[in-house]
Amino acid sequence: MVFQSVRPRIESPHAQCFLSAPPHRAAVGVTGVLTAAVSIAALLLAAWCGLATARDQPTKDWHLIGMAVVTALALAQLVFGVVEIANGHKADGGNVVFLLYAVGAVLVVPAAAFMSLVERTRWGSAIGVAGGLVLAALELRLDQVWGGGHG
Amino acid sequence: MADPVPPDDSAPKASPPGISSPKASPPDEPTPDEPTQDAPMPDAPAPDESAPDRPRPKIGEGPGRLLVSLYGLFTVAAGSRAAFQLIAQYHRAPLSYILSAFAAVVYAFILVTLVRGGESARRIALVCCGVELAGVLVIGTLSIAVQSWFPDQTVWSYYGADYLFIPLVLPVTGMLWLRRAGRPQTDPEAGPETGLETGSEARAQAVTTA
Repeated sequence: MVFQSVRPRIESPHAQCFLSAPPHRAAVGVTGVLTAAVSIAALLLAAWCGLATARDQPTKDWHLIGMAVVTALALAQLVFGVVEIANGHKADGGNVVFLLYAVGAVLVVPAAAFMSLVERTRWGSAIGVAGGLVLAALELRLDQVWGGGHG
Repeated sequence: MADPVPPDDSAPKASPPGISSPKASPPDEPTPDEPTQDAPMPDAPAPDESAPDRPRPKIGEGPGRLLVSLYGLFTVAAGSRAAFQLIAQYHRAPLSYILSAFAAVVYAFILVTLVRGGESARRIALVCCGVELAGVLVIGTLSIAVQSWFPDQTVWSYYGADYLFIPLVLPVTGMLWLRRAGRPQTDPEAGPETGLETGSEARAQAVTTA
């Protein structure tokens, strides 16, 4: 149920695969849902930090908590990815590539948080925007690399 | 998180945007151990945070810090991509992977100059941004015109379309920023010296008012 409602938000050629091959999806769905969740959270974070940038404010505690939440989601994605690979999933683009991207996705926002703590001006918030957008782009790439699970 | 973020009421509403929060300005001298977190700033005894009327930060601060972040990101992205492909699949498209590695080196070099700061670093960074822009344009055009040369993509293929065209935008923004940061509003000959003095004056004022 939940998967059905979230899946169409994933903009990838594999979305059709999801629908056309439902019995195969049981294990992969978790990562798919997490990918969508991380993407949406990352875009929200970018918009939120963008607001602070527009208001000429540095990032505040709440922004950093938001960054922590987004990072936790990315970490969950990495963990579930590792579990599914351990269970025999083969990513379309290669498991090593998937794991490298997943690790990168976990590190991007903390790096942005660090830089925004160093730069206590609106530009620190702009770094938060960049971090969110980069993470969203990484999620798109992760979804391509993960693939439909066929093969 | 360890950073003592000021509560909202003391947030920099009253102060101009360039001036950092109070925690960044300890009384006077012990600045040398303060900026260890990122920039060594060899030629600046005190961090010049801002000029009073119009911010003239060093090239790695303010908007420059966003560039530092993006160049750091692309150094890691291009470098890890090139390293992985050179190790795992060298024979598929050696030229592409070597070009990606070259891009990573250029990004890393600009990153270092931005963090170090100073006039000569600024000039070197300008030249490197030119190299970067030329690389994106040449490789981007070649990747469309002579596709057989590139069995696999580089960071700069299709003008960086794989990377949201950031490789194309980054050198242009970088050069604009470096030009702006190197142009003091009063005396174009004095270079960063004037910015330094006005910056420390502003800092002294900030300390006395605080």
